[in-house]
Amino acid sequence: MSEATVLRAAATPFLSRQRLGLAALWAVLILVPFWVPLVGGYTQLAGRALVLGLAAMALNFLLGFTGVMSFGHAAWFGLGAYGTGLMLRYVTSSSLLATLAGVLLGGVLGTVLGRLLVRRRGVYFAMITIAFGQIFFYIAYRWNSLTGGDDGLRGFQRQPIGFGRFLLDIQGNDVALYYYLLFVFAICVGLMGLLLGSPFGRTLIAIRENERRARFLGIDVERQIWLSFSLSCFFCSAAGALYALLNNFADPMTLHYTLSGEIVIMAVMGGMRSFWGPLLGAAVFVVLQDYVSSMTVNWMSFIGLLFVLVVLFAPRGLLGALQRETPR
Amino acid sequence: MTQLVLFNITNGLIVGAFYVLMALGLSLILNLSNVINFAHANFLTLGGYFAYVLIPFIGFWAALFVAPLLTAIVGIIVERLMIRRVYGRDPVYSLLLTFGLAFILQDVCRYVWGTQGLPLAVPASIAQPLSADLFFITGYRVFMVAIVLVAVTGLFAFLRYSRIGVRIRAGILDLETVAALGVNVQLLRSLNFAVGIFLAGLAGVLAAGQIGLNPNMGDTLLMPSFIAIIVGGVGSLAGTLFGGLLIGVAAAITTVFYPTAADAVIYVIMALVLLARPRGLLGEEGMMS
Repeated sequence: MSEATVLRAAATPFLSRQRLGLAALWAVLILVPFWVPLVGGYTQLAGRALVLGLAAMALNFLLGFTGVMSFGHAAWFGLGAYGTGLMLRYVTSSSLLATLAGVLLGGVLGTVLGRLLVRRRGVYFAMITIAFGQIFFYIAYRWNSLTGGDDGLRGFQRQPIGFGRFLLDIQGNDVALYYYLLFVFAICVGLMGLLLGSPFGRTLIAIRENERRARFLGIDVERQIWLSFSLSCFFCSAAGALYALLNNFADPMTLHYTLSGEIVIMAVMGGMRSFWGPLLGAAVFVVLQDYVSSMTVNWMSFIGLLFVLVVLFAPRGLLGALQRETPR
Repeated sequence: MTQLVLFNITNGLIVGAFYVLMALGLSLILNLSNVINFAHANFLTLGGYFAYVLIPFIGFWAALFVAPLLTAIVGIIVERLMIRRVYGRDPVYSLLLTFGLAFILQDVCRYVWGTQGLPLAVPASIAQPLSADLFFITGYRVFMVAIVLVAVTGLFAFLRYSRIGVRIRAGILDLETVAALGVNVQLLRSLNFAVGIFLAGLAGVLAAGQIGLNPNMGDTLLMPSFIAIIVGGVGSLAGTLFGGLLIGVAAAITTVFYPTAADAVIYVIMALVLLARPRGLLGEEGMMS
């Protein structure tokens, strides 16, 4: 434990505001199957929000904490979904292995392609990530025999997970499925939190704040950005893998840049300078989309309007706006 | 076989010409304002629909000019009301803003003109094939290529010789100095945006004459236009021109031999260029970072 951590730990009372908030957040997440039906939602919708929240948090690892903007994260999300779907359909009946396969497919490909990107910055980084992302969309779209093409990949079912005598029936029981999603979510988010708190995470923030200064301090900026991009891809494809399990379906639109844009808006709407903001943004987005698309066929205008309004009037996001009021 | 290859190369050049018109406009806006205009394809569509509305009143030839002009005016309004507010801010905001605009514009087109495809009437004088052997070279195709040539030449002449054009080029190199020299940078950006949107609108009218109108007609052009810019080199309009034609023809030739890979080949070209020459074929050092 470093000196700074010790000092900070000593300075924080056991029941600090932050810890209470964190405990409350996890309580809310754990109790979802109990309170969501009461307010008129359904567990499937909550699962969707959780999974897209993970994707938005994964993106924000790069966008908010490294200062590098990827606009092609749907690619890694979709690869995670297809990896899981293909594994369940053709290879194994283990949902755990299939999840792992999805994570690896998206993460490894992201890591390899990331190497080509690390010297670009700003809009150019964004533009190249969009274009790269579309490669996988076209592959899934055209490779009919393997991926089902335009119709998406069907014909696989998530399978119950057994631990010795105990069986988690994620196939038939929505609540069990939700807890499986939450379990993977917790692992990913826990890892992200640890990474961001570590010296590596501090390095990323240093790059975000002033890349030139970080470089003068001897930080290998390209390498750190590549690492951050790769990790972000792994987390994002974990979200995609869960999405395939949630829907028993992998859709080519999960690879499309439209979803990339939606993931970015979730992160920004929630607050890209805060760790949990993107989860909140995803929850708001998913609920709004569900509500608006059931009300009108012109839901695209509403989503578009949401983009415009967030950019023009709430660029700091929901949590960002809250944080401004509390003095540092 | 020769005829098939020739047919596809002709096709590729025409498709490439559309990429060029789209990508040049995108490139202008990107270079001067550092904004990737996601809604560019939707302005193209809007141009096509404007022509559809105008043709019964003023005829095809006038609409060919007036419809892009109207599109450019819509572009200026959008730029003044919204896009101007995100200049100089984190690029994520301009991307999200134009992304949202793309959604809205697409929905508006769908709402006003319906989801069904609509035909755009082309004058009979240019709709005929030119020869029986080369049936695929219709007058309209030659006409399209001619218009694109005129537009591109006009654009380059405008940038080279007109006062505004020279200022735009100077602004691309160093906007701060241009502002310090007393140029109204806000106005310059608006005009530049309008020029870019005019090109998109023109492409929209031409494309509508060839493939008809629907609310998503521009979407398939957006990604190749990005790639044309990346391949040609960000910051170089000549590179964009070359990149657009290159990927158009490459995709068309691939169609002859291996049709399913036609979409993929342009991405392969992009990856190869990024590996071998990261700044793009004609790009300047440092423009991409």
